[in-house]
Amino acid sequence: MCLAVPMRIEISLILTPEAREGDYVLIHTGFAISVLDEQEARETLALFAELEEASRELDRAEGREP
Amino acid sequence: MGDTVLLAHGSGGLLARELLDDLFLRYLGDDELHALEDAAVLSPIDGRLALTTDSYVVQPLFFPGGDIGKLAVCGTVNDLAMRGAVPLYLTAGFILEEGLPMADLERVVASMAATAREADVRIVAGDTKVVGRGAADRLFINTAGVGIVPPGIHISARNARPGDQILVSGAVGDHGLAIMTQRHGLRFESPIQSDCAPLSGLVQAMLAVCPGVHVLRDATRGGLAAVLNEIAGQSRVGITVHEEAIVVHEAVSAACELLGLDPLYAANEGKLVAIVPPDAASTLLEVMRAHPLGAEATIIGEVQAAHPGAVVLRTAFGTQRLLDMPAGELLPRIC
Amino acid sequence: MSQQGFRPQAFRDPAAAQRLIAAAKAAVAEPVAIMEFCGGHTHAIMRFGLRDALAPEVRLLSGPGCPVCVTDDADIDLAIALASLPDVTVATFGDMIRVPGTGGSLADARARGASVEIVYSALDALDLARNQPGANIVMLGIGFETTAPTIAAAVRVAADEGLANFCVLSLHKLTPPAMRAILDGGVVRVDGVLGPGHVTAITGSDAWSFLPERYGVPCAVSGFEPLDILLSVRDLAVALAEERPAVINAYRRSVTGQGNLVARQLMDEVFVLGDARWRGLGVIPASGLDLAPAYAAYDARNRSAIELPPAGAGPHARGCRCGDVLRGVIAPPECPLFGRACTPAKPVGPCMVSAEGACAAYYRYGRSPS
Repeated sequence: MCLAVPMRIEISLILTPEAREGDYVLIHTGFAISVLDEQEARETLALFAELEEASRELDRAEGREP
Repeated sequence: MGDTVLLAHGSGGLLARELLDDLFLRYLGDDELHALEDAAVLSPIDGRLALTTDSYVVQPLFFPGGDIGKLAVCGTVNDLAMRGAVPLYLTAGFILEEGLPMADLERVVASMAATAREADVRIVAGDTKVVGRGAADRLFINTAGVGIVPPGIHISARNARPGDQILVSGAVGDHGLAIMTQRHGLRFESPIQSDCAPLSGLVQAMLAVCPGVHVLRDATRGGLAAVLNEIAGQSRVGITVHEEAIVVHEAVSAACELLGLDPLYAANEGKLVAIVPPDAASTLLEVMRAHPLGAEATIIGEVQAAHPGAVVLRTAFGTQRLLDMPAGELLPRIC
Repeated sequence: MSQQGFRPQAFRDPAAAQRLIAAAKAAVAEPVAIMEFCGGHTHAIMRFGLRDALAPEVRLLSGPGCPVCVTDDADIDLAIALASLPDVTVATFGDMIRVPGTGGSLADARARGASVEIVYSALDALDLARNQPGANIVMLGIGFETTAPTIAAAVRVAADEGLANFCVLSLHKLTPPAMRAILDGGVVRVDGVLGPGHVTAITGSDAWSFLPERYGVPCAVSGFEPLDILLSVRDLAVALAEERPAVINAYRRSVTGQGNLVARQLMDEVFVLGDARWRGLGVIPASGLDLAPAYAAYDARNRSAIELPPAGAGPHARGCRCGDVLRGVIAPPECPLFGRACTPAKPVGPCMVSAEGACAAYYRYGRSPS
C-alpha cells in the first residue's frame, strides 16, 4: 500500500537491488519486495478518479445529494 | 548529588535529604511542600471533594510530546476534570530503581513542575523510595489528586440518554502511536507527538456554557472504543458513531497501517469524549473549537435506546459493524 | 511527483466503489463465487463491508491464504519443543506466538520459561544470533512466497558471515499448489480467483496461468485497497460473463508477468521443494520449501533430534473447524465455536488468532448488533 507520509526506516534492498533513492517500494517484514511503477500507479488513480466522477454524475442526474 | 540514584537516596538519611533539597524542592516550589511536614494541612474546602489516584509506568520515560512526569500531572488532573472538578492539589510518590541516572530524574521532576504550573495545580505532598536494581523499571510515579466539584455539576458515565450527541475534542491515537513508533524505531520526518495535555481549562470553558453536560471521559488506555463501550454499558444505552467524523492525523493513520493497529483503540492523553443533550451540541462544539485543546473537535455520533451496551460504527462505505471492547494486551506500558 | 495522489484515500473513494460494485453486479447473469485466496484480502473485504455490498450476485469465499492458519499442529509443537531446549531461542513473527498447537502456544511455552523472541524481520533474528554467540537462534520460517525470499536472504547472509548459531525451521509453503488442491477437491464451487497481490509481486502473474488454462477459471491479481479489490472483482465478473478465462493483472503498479527475479533466484538457491502438510488440506506434494542441501548447516531439522509427535491430533477433537474455513467450505460464523468458545481473546484455532485469519476478520468487522 502506498503511503503519502515520508518515512525513514531501515529496510533491506537485497531483494530490490534496482531501487534508487526517491523510488516508492512495497515493504514486507523489513525488506523491499517490489519497486512501485509510478506510471501504472498514476493510470490506476486516473481510472478511479474517472469512476468517481461518473458515479457523481449519475447521482446528480438522478437527483441524489452527494 | 552524584550521577545516579543510590539506595541511600531513599532511606531517609543525609543523602535522602540532599536529594530532596537539591532536586525535588528546587523544582517543586510549593510552600506546603517546602515545610517538609509529615502531612500537608490545607484550607477548608467548601463543596464536594473529588479524589482520584493513578500510577504511571510508561515506557520509554521520554517520548515526543512528553514524559512520565508531564503524564503524571495531566493524567491525574484530567481524571478530576472528567467529573467536572476544578483540580486543586496533587501528591507525587516516586519509586526509583537504583542506578537511574540523576539527569533523567531531574528532567522528569522539572517537567512535572512546569506542567503543574500550566495546569494551575499545587503539588503539596510527596514521597521517594529507592529499590534495588531490577526491582523496578527505572522510575514509577504514583499520584493522588484532589479537586472541588462546583454546585449543580453532575457528570457521570451513567448519565448518557437516548438522543444525546457525542463529541470528541480532537484527533485520536496520537499518544499511543507516539509511544509505539518510538518502541519500534519508526522515524517519521516529523515524529508523532503525544497529545498529553491538562484538560481542566477546556472543561471549565465547556461547563460555563453548558453545565448540563451528561458525560465526560478522557480516552486513555483502550482509546475511544473502550470509553464508548464503558459508557454504553454503564448508561445502558446504544451508541452509534460515524467513522468519517472521527479525526485521525495522517501520520497516525499511516503508522497504524504499518503496525497493524487501529487508531480507535490507541491511547490518548489530552482528548475527551463529551456526551451532551442535543440542543447544547453545536454551542459546545463552537466553545471547544475556540479553545487551543479543542481546535479539531467534532460531533461523532449519537446515543440511542436501541442495542443497549453496544457501540456501532458506520463506515464511509455506508456499512456498519460492532466496535467492540479491545481484547487483550494491545499496547503494554502505554501510560 | 505529487504525493497528494498516493494517499490511501485515493484508493478508498466511496463513489468510485459504488460504481465498481454496480458494474460487477450488472455483469453477471447468475450468481458467481469468487475465492479471495489471501487473508489480507479477507481482512480488507470485511473492514470495508465489501462482502455484503457485492452479495448476492457475487459471493466472496475466503481461502487458505493465511500462512499462520495453515501451519499444522505438529509443526507448532515442533517449534515449541525447540524453544524448550536449553540454549535455543526461537525467533518468530508476532502472529505465531499465540497459535495453539496440541499442548498450548509459543506464548504459553514462553511463560513456562522457553526462550521465544518476537521479530519483525528475519534480519532481527540475524542480529539476535550476532549479539548472543552463546545462544542458538532458530528462525521460524512461516509464510508464502512473499516471506520466503526474506528468509532465504537471511540464510545467505548467515552463510556469507559464517554465523554458526543461526538456523531456520522452514515451514514455508507455496500458494499455487494450494489453489490446485482446492479446485481438485471439488468440494467448493469456485468460479473466479482473487489473486494474492504481494505473493504475485514475487512470483509474477504468469504463475497463475494454470487457472484459466487448466481449470477454465479466471484470476485477477489484486492490490489491497478497497478500490483495488473492487476493480479486480469487476474484471472477474466481466471475464465470467464473456466466458473469457484469463489471468488479469489488476495490480500493475506492483506486479509484472515475471515477478521479482532476484527474489525467485534466491529462493531457488536456498530452498528445495518438498511435500508439506497444510491444516485443512492435508499433505500437498511439492507445496513446501525445505533448506537445500548446500545450506544444510542452517536447517534447524538437522540440528535437533526431536521426535515429531504424531500428526493429526489436535483441535479437531475440540470442534475447531479452521480446516473447513480455510477451504472455503464454511464461513467463520457457521463454525459452532465462533464468537462463543472461540474469540480473539481465547482462540481455539489459528484462524481466530492471526491478523490474516478469516475468523479474526469476521469477528472484528463482521458482527452487527443483534
